[in-house]
Amino acid sequence: MADLDLPLRQGFAPDAGISQALPDDIPITLTINGERRELHVRPWTTLLDLLREDLSLYGTKKGCDHGQCGSCTVLIDGQRMNSCLALAVTKDGCEVTTIEGLAAPDGTLHPMQEAFIEHDAFQCGYCTPGQICSAVGLLKEGHARTPEEIREMMSGNICRCGAYTNIVDAIEDVMAKEGAK
Amino acid sequence: MNRFSIARPGSVAEAVREVTTHPAAKFIAGGTNLVDLMKYDVERPTHVVDLSRLPGLNTIEETGEGGLRLGALVSNTAAAYDERVKERYPLLSSALLAGATPQLRNAATMGGNLLQRTRCYYFYDAATPCNKRQPGTGCPAKDGVNRIHAILGTSEHCIATHPSDMCVALAALEAVVKVAGPQGERSIPMADFHRLPGNMPEKDTNLHGDEIILAIELPEPRFGKNHTYLKLRDRLSYAFALVSVAAALEMDGEKVVEARIALGGVAHKPWRVPEAEEMLRGKAAGREAFSAVADRILQGAQGYGGNSFKIELAHRAIIRALSQAAAGTPQSQTDKRIQ
Amino acid sequence: MDQSPMFETPLFETHVGSPRNRVDGRLKVTGAAPYAAEFTAPDLAYGYVVSGAIAKGKITNIDTSAAMAVPGVVQVFTHQNRPRTAWRSGAYQDEVAPPGKPFRPLYDEHIVYSGQPVALVVAEDFEIARYAASLVRVTYEAEKHQTDVAKVLGEAYVPPKKRSGITPPPKPKGDSEAAFGASPVKVESEYRIAVEHHNPMEMHATTVVWEGGGRITVHDKIQGAQNSQSYITHVFGLSNDDVRVISPFVGGAFGSGLRPQYQLFLAVMAALELKRSVRVTLTRDQMFTMGYRPDGVQNVALGANPDARLQSIRHDLIAGTSTFEDYQEATVNWSVMLYRCDNATATQKLVKIDTYTPADMRAPGAPTGLFAMESAMDELSYKLGIDPVQLRLRNYSEVDEANGKKLTSKELRAAYQIGAERFGWARRNPVPRSMKEGRELIGWGMATGAWEAQMARTAARAVLTADGRLEVASATADIGTGTYTILTQIGADALGLPMEKVTARIGDSSLPKSPVEGGSWTAASAGTAVRLACDTVRQQLFKYARGMDNSPIANADLAQVAFQGERIALISDPSRFVTIADAMRAGGVDRIEAEETAVPDKLVQARYSSYTHSAVFVEVRVDEELGQVRVTRLVDAVAAGKIINPKTARSQILGGVVFGISMALHEESMPDHNLGRFMNHNLAEYHVPVNADIHDIDVIFVEEQDELASPIGVKGLGEIGIVGTAAAIANAVFHATGKRIRELPITIDKVIGTKETA
Repeated sequence: MADLDLPLRQGFAPDAGISQALPDDIPITLTINGERRELHVRPWTTLLDLLREDLSLYGTKKGCDHGQCGSCTVLIDGQRMNSCLALAVTKDGCEVTTIEGLAAPDGTLHPMQEAFIEHDAFQCGYCTPGQICSAVGLLKEGHARTPEEIREMMSGNICRCGAYTNIVDAIEDVMAKEGAK
Repeated sequence: MNRFSIARPGSVAEAVREVTTHPAAKFIAGGTNLVDLMKYDVERPTHVVDLSRLPGLNTIEETGEGGLRLGALVSNTAAAYDERVKERYPLLSSALLAGATPQLRNAATMGGNLLQRTRCYYFYDAATPCNKRQPGTGCPAKDGVNRIHAILGTSEHCIATHPSDMCVALAALEAVVKVAGPQGERSIPMADFHRLPGNMPEKDTNLHGDEIILAIELPEPRFGKNHTYLKLRDRLSYAFALVSVAAALEMDGEKVVEARIALGGVAHKPWRVPEAEEMLRGKAAGREAFSAVADRILQGAQGYGGNSFKIELAHRAIIRALSQAAAGTPQSQTDKRIQ
Repeated sequence: MDQSPMFETPLFETHVGSPRNRVDGRLKVTGAAPYAAEFTAPDLAYGYVVSGAIAKGKITNIDTSAAMAVPGVVQVFTHQNRPRTAWRSGAYQDEVAPPGKPFRPLYDEHIVYSGQPVALVVAEDFEIARYAASLVRVTYEAEKHQTDVAKVLGEAYVPPKKRSGITPPPKPKGDSEAAFGASPVKVESEYRIAVEHHNPMEMHATTVVWEGGGRITVHDKIQGAQNSQSYITHVFGLSNDDVRVISPFVGGAFGSGLRPQYQLFLAVMAALELKRSVRVTLTRDQMFTMGYRPDGVQNVALGANPDARLQSIRHDLIAGTSTFEDYQEATVNWSVMLYRCDNATATQKLVKIDTYTPADMRAPGAPTGLFAMESAMDELSYKLGIDPVQLRLRNYSEVDEANGKKLTSKELRAAYQIGAERFGWARRNPVPRSMKEGRELIGWGMATGAWEAQMARTAARAVLTADGRLEVASATADIGTGTYTILTQIGADALGLPMEKVTARIGDSSLPKSPVEGGSWTAASAGTAVRLACDTVRQQLFKYARGMDNSPIANADLAQVAFQGERIALISDPSRFVTIADAMRAGGVDRIEAEETAVPDKLVQARYSSYTHSAVFVEVRVDEELGQVRVTRLVDAVAAGKIINPKTARSQILGGVVFGISMALHEESMPDHNLGRFMNHNLAEYHVPVNADIHDIDVIFVEEQDELASPIGVKGLGEIGIVGTAAAIANAVFHATGKRIRELPITIDKVIGTKETA
């Protein structure tokens, strides 16, 4: 649906919000989706709120804000983690990959994104970025091979629409293709 | 979430200084429990000390006495998949993998896991009374919703449980917690690390407020294949234990030489009864002996209505876990059939 | 190549009926699909809700001074300083409100349920608002509350006013009491389910963009943009021109987005008062302070002859509702409707408790009622010594037994047969506890599912432009159901376009009128509306094509041509065609636009009932000693008329089945009746299935032709997957263990029997 007609997001200048005005601001450096960013954060800002509210990277979702659902999963230094429980300041110097950073710059989707579409591994789409980041992390870890292991290792991502079996199929598909390479 | 300042010390001494000079300070490592609780206004530190940059606490090393020393900042994932841990302390690896999710285990640290706070619904809900959160306000769990609450070692002030899986295995393995404070370093055996609620339910552990956890030391391994971590819960993954059992046996043929049994989900700390373990010494492994042990471990257990089923469940779980350990068929954390 | 029979002209189906990837897939897998809290605006302020702590009473004091003193706090709204809004509760009534007086947020000092919003803190950023909210001090004068349905059964009443759109229990047939007494074989039991909260993954949120001059654009988590729009205009005295609601993506809802939730009121109130853009997002614990699937005490009594023919059916329900609205859902009707029986009675009463009003949750009423009825049927099958499938076939009916009407179609018999075959039901040893593998007892159970196939008045617009692109539009929603995709498929086939050239627009109040997306009626309703609008475009386009100079199809009529491959071609000789572009040129237009309204056929409705049906077969493996139940295999054979997109349709059923597994084994909002509050208000303690809980689910769509349920032959799929699933699991647990558990969820404690209900 390339031309779904949506009202454009209103302009929002990253790094220029209220954050720099407060005395509690702490300078940190994060490499987000390959781009090095000098940021000022308050001590209580979580990585999730930083991504969404300050950087307008709304692809990372807030489903519970307490580490109970996995919707906010991103890759931090290559490892999947719940961004809602990470204070941004404690991730100073880290590399963060969000759903926005998975596709190639030319728009070619990551194989996991392709597989999710092909296997209809989502419905409402809200847990999907977290599922995909989690699945990419899972592949890198290399601990899951069988469907049973995938199910267990993907249990940190709740899907209320119930797309679980399709999610496992999508991951198996990518695994098989990676293995064939 | 309340307002706080943050410090990022570069050494253990500096970290200790930060908490001694700020009375309402809290250490943060993985943050998986502290940030959660701060968002609920349950924890309200005014100063947070970020330990993630402390050198030397992120390694797994030999102790020189045949054991392993797991740095406090080692992630639960790193510990669970470490070849030495898997080979020598598979019970610990299994318990770690029974807990939480890959995402949480990647962030959570060994030190932080020791300090996890209870999942009691009332503790988490700042709109309700709770002696642990706000001493003196009462414990509505006793006559309220207490499905996940304790059956052993409770007090009239608190019936909360300790939620960790890792700690149950550490208790069975008789690990030792290495800590540092203004007075220097000390060692706390697992059995003494967590405490019962008594009349001070606000205090979970015997760690002093100005002490920092450096490492967990595991003694020389001795149980081989005869171990298991059996966790029973309301869904097959990503749920806290209703009852869990860590069991490790040293066997001589069919006979038990030495037994360690710790329970999770039933008390304010991992529950061990050394007298019950003694009962197995020299006995033939079997349902009868295991049942007697379960009786002894659960002596004095008390239900509060919603959690009363845990007494029978724990009894059965102890027997099953000991059977798994004796047979050398530890519970898989992936295959959800219970062996 | 199927031809749809209901329209004058044949539709050549290239896309309809074939599996297609979601057209919004790319937006969703890249994180680019914007949900309600992800629209932004310059100078956006953030609202954070303060929730009340008691279940009933009055606010005696609310101290906002500490909150107001926090730098960055803009305003703290409470009942004391809220702006003037509608004073009549009737103005708060939305499209699907039950009879009563809707809850009015911050209206006055009265507390009517625990968790009720008592203040809204608005600040420059989210964290300031959250912090300041923790500083608001509220003191209450508590009154005695009652949240336990079981304690007030004696106060049950028949709701004096029926809820619009909900069929009340059918009139009694025969004399069920006498027939029950005379029945040689009978079962009678009480059944309970737990209160469940919808908990879509996206928490409820509203972003209100202040457009200036009193005009606002609202992004709300809602299943119908026009329901929010009409709520706002009525409550705040605005006109439709002042308020546009745009909600292109909804992160799940399952019914929680049917009625506007309180964050909509609060966000709009704040934006209008502050004359700036405001976003309010609820927290996960606040997701437990809105509607829920109601608990109820159900009694089912069945009487039968030894030949397994039902002689008497009785199903009585007493369900909870709030003190301010009479929530009703069709719970007991199914028991009468499904099976042939001359004596049947179903009653439904309410009791008032101090909670928020219950709400429609995926297949409202049906999985609750059919858990009881289909469990009772299973119990009866053992008493009769007959196979559970055979018992259902023995009492099979070809009419709606609740009112005697004919059915538009019913392929349930085929569903039983095909489902049983796929599952391997014939290999089942009927004796409980007879099947075992290792330590685990294996149980095979089945149940019937049913849901109303409905159609609701819906309008749609189709616009074909000279570039050969088609836009179809209706103010309906896609809550994960696949609406975008199926409307695209229908539009593409209607005009013979590739799907890439069709855009579906929905989720916008400015689009042609549509009801909320719910009740499984959207595909039938919006799908028909789109088809009608496209048909009008077809006719116009065909006129141009036929009228062009030397038209190759000059003598053809509409029935003799096919719209395919961006051409209008003679069916008899496809080499004679006119391209869409040429036809438009011939007509001298750069767009053809049509708006049509799909209306259910009153004559059909008067004569027929229409339902989707399913047969659910389940395998469970039970570790009896430790109480662990695993659902290892499930076959759901669904008869739901025409399937537009087998891929997204299958996902709908998978999702419904997972909801059913959840209902059977996991979900339970646990009330503390002393405090009048649900205590496990988070996703760590309110359990829904995770990936490890879900194994093989086999979805079968049984061939079902239905020319009456809707003009496009569609019956709807959103609900049917959950219905019957919980009953089938409970029946499988009985087959495995010999233990009948009549109270959901089936948790470890119930299986090990220390809290047995059998």
